Amino acid sequence: MEQMATVYLFGKKYEVPSSLTIMEAMEYSGYQLVRGCGCRNGFCGACATIYRIAGDRDLKACLACSTKVENNMYVAALPFFPLVKEVYDLEKLTPSETVMMQLYPEIYSCVGCNACTKACTQGLDVMQYIACAQRGEFDKCAELSFDCVMCGVCSSRCPAGISHPQVAMLARRLNGRYLAPDCAHLRTRVQEVRDGKFEALIEDLMDRPLAEIQELYNNRDIEK
Amino acid sequence: MYSDPIMQQSIRKVEAARARNIRLDPRRMSAEEKDRLLKAFHPDYREDQFALLDFGPNRGEKVPLELRALLEGTPRLTGSRVDLEHPDFETDVLIIGGGGAGCSAAIEADRAGCSVLLVTKLRVGDANTMMAEGGIQAADKPNDSPAQHFLDAYGGGHFAAQKDLLRKLVTEAPEAIAWLSGLGVEFDKAPDGTMITTHGGGTSRKRMHAAKDYSGAEIMRTLRDEVFNRPIRVVDFTAAVELVKDDRGCCAGAVLVNMETKELLVAKAKTVILATGGAGRLHYQGFPTSNHYGATADGLILGYRAGARLLYPDTLQYHPTGAAFPAQIYGALVTEKVRSVGAMLVNASGEVFMNPLETRDVAAAAIIRECTERGNGVPTPEGSAVWLDTPMIELKNGAGAIEKRIPAMLRMFGKHGIDIRTEPILVYPTLHYQNGGLKITVDGQTDVENLFAAGEVVGGIHGRNRLMGNSLLDVIVFGRNAGIHAAQKAKTVTVGTLTLAHLDAFERERAAAGVETGLRSPQLLPDYARRLNPLK
Repeated sequence: MEQMATVYLFGKKYEVPSSLTIMEAMEYSGYQLVRGCGCRNGFCGACATIYRIAGDRDLKACLACSTKVENNMYVAALPFFPLVKEVYDLEKLTPSETVMMQLYPEIYSCVGCNACTKACTQGLDVMQYIACAQRGEFDKCAELSFDCVMCGVCSSRCPAGISHPQVAMLARRLNGRYLAPDCAHLRTRVQEVRDGKFEALIEDLMDRPLAEIQELYNNRDIEK
Repeated sequence: MYSDPIMQQSIRKVEAARARNIRLDPRRMSAEEKDRLLKAFHPDYREDQFALLDFGPNRGEKVPLELRALLEGTPRLTGSRVDLEHPDFETDVLIIGGGGAGCSAAIEADRAGCSVLLVTKLRVGDANTMMAEGGIQAADKPNDSPAQHFLDAYGGGHFAAQKDLLRKLVTEAPEAIAWLSGLGVEFDKAPDGTMITTHGGGTSRKRMHAAKDYSGAEIMRTLRDEVFNRPIRVVDFTAAVELVKDDRGCCAGAVLVNMETKELLVAKAKTVILATGGAGRLHYQGFPTSNHYGATADGLILGYRAGARLLYPDTLQYHPTGAAFPAQIYGALVTEKVRSVGAMLVNASGEVFMNPLETRDVAAAAIIRECTERGNGVPTPEGSAVWLDTPMIELKNGAGAIEKRIPAMLRMFGKHGIDIRTEPILVYPTLHYQNGGLKITVDGQTDVENLFAAGEVVGGIHGRNRLMGNSLLDVIVFGRNAGIHAAQKAKTVTVGTLTLAHLDAFERERAAAGVETGLRSPQLLPDYARRLNPLK
């Protein structure tokens, strides 16, 4: 006999196999999902979920696709949260502290409650990456926030109204565009392609009879 | 944490053999060996799982049974059902799909000065691009060249790729990486700026660029952010259910449906780009899938009904390493990068049974053979599987390598109590990618005038098998390409009277062929809801 668990989906009671994820439990209960379901594997942040185990004072957050149900779990989906996304032209920004002051000044109202970090479905140190953003340390902010899936649970818990995932998104783009070391071999190769350096080589290959291409492929040297 | 005694026993064999296994460099299979293996064990060769199309542009050609049922399915509306004279949206370029290709196209079409409407049935970024983990190929190192990249991809795709498309893919790859870097995508680099690149299955040079094992997510969220920074009109939770043409037979928009309210809407456009992605959620042959929720082949259905030919719709990619255990992540992608950075495939007895970096079709077939004919699989609740010996990675690259290089994998298994730094993981092939799709010209246009296509919905770029890292590349190169050309074309187009006459013609053909598959299409979403005694 399959082990069952009692779950409360939006407060309503259902019995589901205890091996299911929250998302599967919803489907098992008869829900045809449209919202709150994306990659089903922890990458897209569509299925942010808040839950509480009955009797527990602690409110927890997770991704429904990758969290198993627990007995007496009260589940509320958070398929959308109104984050603030400022519009900018990356080419006109400079990676300085003032960028955040202009676009996301509310980060300086952080009261240090750490609710964002406690709520993060990815286990990231959210408050710390916001502190890095405040100081203009975009490389550190980028590194600490890298695994963010932008589900928005952090922001739902923030008394200062910060849109953490969008702050981190900006920091990562500034870091990737302006702070990461320039890649010389890429620049060289792009120029070589523009100059048509490989045209003859590739045309020569394409125009050969199939048997010759097969021969070349089957005997090509493979870098160790 | 494996509690099953048979799994535990097998793990002990894997551990005992690890020190010896790690020194092995298994030879690659010969062309003949690969050929025999594929014919015997690759799912594409199971003839009873395919059917011939009865009518339409690909009449007489074979496609998977599940796809035929949709390609020849019942349309969701008839020509008279919608008011085409009063469109809800008018735009220069309509883009259907909000993944990597759709967003790349939108950015380029906007840059070219066109008005752009992007519709997507879920949210922007809910796409297979978001879930691509391992990386993106580009021949940008001194020991490499686009010609070498061409040779790897052409051979890996069984010499079936459309050469002109593949040439474009490999030639524009370095530029694609530079474009993404300019948008702020954080590729893994050494302190001096050199890209950290690795092998993928079937590559002859280390040209796999990555952003840890969130490569697709990092690219997708950056593209999405850029779309939102531009005056691109985005309408989410809105799917296309039919393409619209004008009285000259040119594609000129689409009938849309609001996924939540079911309201029908009409979008009129000078050019249309289909960027609807793949088909993993059709679960061909009952396979699990690594694909996102919306991967239901909608673009193939819409394009086919409008008269666009498909190329290689009978070739699917089964990623060799889908998670096989625990059940909660059954079918989820275990990135090829796990093998790129040193993990080997090991059977139940602890034996390395193949070179871990053969192409995906070959690796998938070899795993299936190990689990079936050879009886060397580890029994799992869903069937049988082989080990991917992840602890080898840190033995080869030092402690901390897993957290640094494949953090998403560490997290995915960690959530289920498996520490991949110390324990191996169970894998089995999972439905991953649609190699075939709509046939396009090098400018990205399908057989239907003013209908463009980009991304996984396209067939022909990769031939009959795709190499790791060439799909992220494809969505960027051909997404941008479609955006540029659709925008250019839009500047010369005057749309005639809108019509769904092609749909009525399709229905006449279907009736003449006497086909009734019992399914309505496009499918839009999979239906996983368990329904007990529902009120009809």
